[in-house]
Amino acid sequence: MSNDPVLMQDGSLALKPGYADHAADALRDLRQRGDAVDFEVEHHHDVASTIQLGFWIYLMSDCLLFSGLFATYALLNSHTAGGPAGSQLFDLPNVLIETMFLLFSSFTCGLATLAMNADRRNATVGWLAVTFLLGLGFITIEVREFAHMVAIGAGPDRSAFLSSFFTLVATHGLHVTCGLIFMAVMMVAVLKKGLTPTNRARLVNLSLFWHFLDIIWVGVFSLVYLFGVAH
Amino acid sequence: MKRNLWSRFCRFLPLPATLLLAGCHAALLDPKGPIGEAERSVLFTATGLMLIVVIPVIVLAIIIPWRYRASNTKAEYQPEWSHSNKIEAVMWSIPIAIVSILAVICWRTSHELDPFRPIPSTHKPVHIEAVAMDWKWLFIYPDQHIATINEIALPVGVPVVFHITSATVMNSFFIPRLGSQIYAMANMQTADNLVASVPGTYRGISANFSGGGFSGMTFKVKAMSESDYKQWLAKVASSTKTLDAQKYLELDRPSSNVPVTYYSHVNPDLFAQILMGKLAAGRSAVMAATAVTSGAETGTVRRD
Amino acid sequence: MFGKLTLSAIPYTNPIIMGAVAFMVICVIAVLGTITYFGKWKWLWTEWLTSVDHKKIGIMYLILAAIMLLRGFADAIMMRSQQALAYGSNMGYLPPGHFDQVFSAHGTIMIFFMAMPFIIGLMNCILPLQLGARDVAFPLMNNLSFWLTAAGAVLVNVSLAVGNFSRAGWLGFAPLSELHYSPGVGVDYWIWALQISGIGTTLTGVNFIATILKMRAPGMTLMRMPVFAWASLCTNILIVAAFPLLTVTLGLLTMDRYLGMHFFTNSLGGDPMMYINLIWIWGHPEVYILMLPLFGVYSEIVPTFSGKRLFGYTSMVYATMAIALLSLIVWLHHFFTMGNGADVNTFFGITTMIIAVPTGVKIFNWLLTMYRGRVRMETPMLWTIGFLITFTIGGMSGVLLAEPPADFVLHNSLFLVAHFHNVIIGGVVFGIFAGITYWAPKIFGFRLNERLGRASFWCWFIGFYVAFMPLYALGLMGATRRMDHYDVAAWHPLFIVAAIGAAIIFAGIILQVAQVVVSIRQREQTRDLTGDPWNGRTLEWAIPSPAPAYNFARIPVVRERDAFWDMKQRGVDLKSSTFVPIHMPRNKAAGFIIAGCAFVVAFAMIWHIWWLAITGLAGVLVTLIRHAFDDDRDYHLGADEVRRIEGLHGRVQARSM
Repeated sequence: MSNDPVLMQDGSLALKPGYADHAADALRDLRQRGDAVDFEVEHHHDVASTIQLGFWIYLMSDCLLFSGLFATYALLNSHTAGGPAGSQLFDLPNVLIETMFLLFSSFTCGLATLAMNADRRNATVGWLAVTFLLGLGFITIEVREFAHMVAIGAGPDRSAFLSSFFTLVATHGLHVTCGLIFMAVMMVAVLKKGLTPTNRARLVNLSLFWHFLDIIWVGVFSLVYLFGVAH
Repeated sequence: MKRNLWSRFCRFLPLPATLLLAGCHAALLDPKGPIGEAERSVLFTATGLMLIVVIPVIVLAIIIPWRYRASNTKAEYQPEWSHSNKIEAVMWSIPIAIVSILAVICWRTSHELDPFRPIPSTHKPVHIEAVAMDWKWLFIYPDQHIATINEIALPVGVPVVFHITSATVMNSFFIPRLGSQIYAMANMQTADNLVASVPGTYRGISANFSGGGFSGMTFKVKAMSESDYKQWLAKVASSTKTLDAQKYLELDRPSSNVPVTYYSHVNPDLFAQILMGKLAAGRSAVMAATAVTSGAETGTVRRD
Repeated sequence: MFGKLTLSAIPYTNPIIMGAVAFMVICVIAVLGTITYFGKWKWLWTEWLTSVDHKKIGIMYLILAAIMLLRGFADAIMMRSQQALAYGSNMGYLPPGHFDQVFSAHGTIMIFFMAMPFIIGLMNCILPLQLGARDVAFPLMNNLSFWLTAAGAVLVNVSLAVGNFSRAGWLGFAPLSELHYSPGVGVDYWIWALQISGIGTTLTGVNFIATILKMRAPGMTLMRMPVFAWASLCTNILIVAAFPLLTVTLGLLTMDRYLGMHFFTNSLGGDPMMYINLIWIWGHPEVYILMLPLFGVYSEIVPTFSGKRLFGYTSMVYATMAIALLSLIVWLHHFFTMGNGADVNTFFGITTMIIAVPTGVKIFNWLLTMYRGRVRMETPMLWTIGFLITFTIGGMSGVLLAEPPADFVLHNSLFLVAHFHNVIIGGVVFGIFAGITYWAPKIFGFRLNERLGRASFWCWFIGFYVAFMPLYALGLMGATRRMDHYDVAAWHPLFIVAAIGAAIIFAGIILQVAQVVVSIRQREQTRDLTGDPWNGRTLEWAIPSPAPAYNFARIPVVRERDAFWDMKQRGVDLKSSTFVPIHMPRNKAAGFIIAGCAFVVAFAMIWHIWWLAITGLAGVLVTLIRHAFDDDRDYHLGADEVRRIEGLHGRVQARSM
């Protein structure tokens, strides 16, 4: 099957040398018979855009997942059951640093995308690495905050409020962790195979995912921490 | 084809038969109080309104395919006919009209028959506190300082306000002959306003599955004259059994098909204490001390 | 080492359970033995288990659903016989702890592992064909979705032999499902089975939305799609909108049970009412996720067997969208009796009733499609008429329940049980059977036996009324659901009638099994050589039966709503002389392996075998990463091979020029 066409990144078929004439003949045949009006020999679906649509739909479903957790938090936020409230627990400067880590990581992730669009492989990996480190920093601060709270007896089993706080924030943290793994895999993939169409499509999804987590965090920061301290 | 029609007809046979059979025993169709009667009338009105469409639809669902069966070549055949603004307008407006009427009924009756709404009456209402437990009902008459398990008495014609909570999982407080059920939930207080207009003994149930002993979680509702009611109160008040915190914790242990029990000298704060979970901490301790094997094996009803 | 898992987890002493387990084990051994005997393991693995072909995945879904129907129905028979027996001094043969597992398993299995796989199976088998597509958008993810669903189903069945199943009902209402009140592994089995299969379903939703929006044949605008495709689009949007909420709800319950948190507990600020709300915010759309695709199926069957265009296509599409939207704002009607206040109840009561409007319009549409048609009363049409009659009654009792004051006396009663079986059996199950009979030639290549199909229909139809009309009556008599025992004499005869009804339905199921066996044995006589056995209207009938792996050798250009009908009217030649290579996805084991690891994680979590759970999770991760570096994902089926396959179906034209 050496004559078979190759699927290009945009979803179109490219023909290998020597095959083109035959296929062109076939298409001309079809048109002459008036057949092409009723049938297309090959309908070109844009594979990359389908994948991106799929990823967007997934992000929407993930967004609903977070909306469930936010709603739960909003409801249970006052159910402290005699335990500590957010205003007694949250260390705003610390959270602000944490937030900065993630916001900057989103920025560097954007730089990685720009580098990818400019076909600069090493720069892409470089910015991804910076993003990775910033994300790791974010996770580290979060884990330390959690460890501290558990240590002073404000763990997730203390009250419904703390259950919802830990679950919401940790679910976001878990997403960031998955993003970090995704990123690590992509760095290796880009180093090994270069900026192939597949890798580009995945990098676009990765950056979508990363920015999405950033937006969710803005929600967490304002709804959980800012409101929590204000109350 | 003939045989098919016959079977179609046969399908309707058991329907009236079961309804006839049910009629005399159907608690909801033969209510013993005004709330139940009002709810029955909602049932009938709504059903009647819907039958205006439902009966023709069912008839058409049989007649149309029969009339336009493939073998009937005399029937008109219009394979491309698929749209008619007039018909579609009618098609949308009929259900809209019926649903609009039902919606008005919904608005009106939901407010009138809200279980929280006190029943207007010249009589002073009787207050009964109901606590759903595993798996029995504890009833407290706070004004009379008495309590019972699985039995209540009410004077006929006098509105009764039930204050309801749960010492365990969710249950639903329901006396089918009198109407409206409402959930019993821990740390929550719901209310149910009912009144009996005919003397008799009615069945009360939990209408929300609550675990192994659920089926036996029934209680007797005795609607009686004012004087009988006074006697009944006196009988309960003369019981030698009392219900303090310690006794309550014993009672709180899972048990099913519990016989009717009367308690006198009951602390009128008991309900409030249960509601606020003040007895719950004690409960955990008692339950831990008397923990039986976990319910892992099939057939074990008891929980740890 | 093995967490909570010990040998005592196997209920040796219970003869009923051990009998069922023995039967299950014998069946599994028989199947495995047969495969080994015929040396079909490699074939099974490469052609089916790892297949990314949506038609094969669809068939696997259908098989899974059929098996689960048998399992779920066995539970139904147990419940009906228990309630027919357990009156007065007779306690029946099922103690409460067992009876509670039976009804919990029945609901869980019938919704998640019978109805859902049947629906997703039908969508897999037919949807891409109707759209004129060669595949779904993400073929491997499709395979993964299936195996996640299957893993959940296996988990439910494993609970029969190892440990026990939930006793908290199919929706596991908290706080009954909390650790304090349900300390065993039962609820954990329920949680994890739903969690994994639910994730599979979400992925299916993503997959099919992308497929419908991106893979349609040229010329097929949205308003030219078959109604089944529209119904599927709305369904999958609902899946993506609702299933994340199920994931959250189950996740929070998991946190409560595993980490001692307090989302839905009675203590330390937990709020059980939130659970009821959350689970129904998923649960009500779920009802329409089940129902909408079948509305689509009926909308395909009625025009085909009436030889006529569907009446009011546009109305149908808007009605479907309206139902999908409304289904998101009615969840509270499941608990009018919680004491939400009259205003809230009224709002949700009225939104619920409004759903009757588009649904009623649909029923009028089907009636008007038959009107002035040429109705052929073949089995699919029989199921459809049965549906029209039964569903109308079920809809009526549904609207009745939407009136809060009526619900105050009917809530949780057997009237409610009769209502939802009325719509689920009369609407969903009848539709599934109608759809399978209708599309069987396309899916399997041959028709199903007509006589046995008809006989089975009558058993189901009559059996349904005999089984559930008494439940309506019992509900009006104040009988609540989920009782393992009762002491009201007047109820007893009705429960016996209901049990007889279940037996009649059972006869219908036996006839269906016979129908499958006979149809397979007589397949040479009923083989569909034309590709269009019913004089169909939509694109799936334009290709040979069963559909070749690539579906369409040439992609049809759509000009009309009933695209294939239109092609037939214009005399378009389906034969072709020119073929080009077709791009195909390669079969992959990744889906199977990931779902297998997910199963291991779930089982390990249920029994608190932490090391095994971590191992399973690592397995998922490693498989995903390995797959990311796998570039050998597709190939091209050569033009000559396409020509050969089309030739087998007589679809090749000698070159005229």
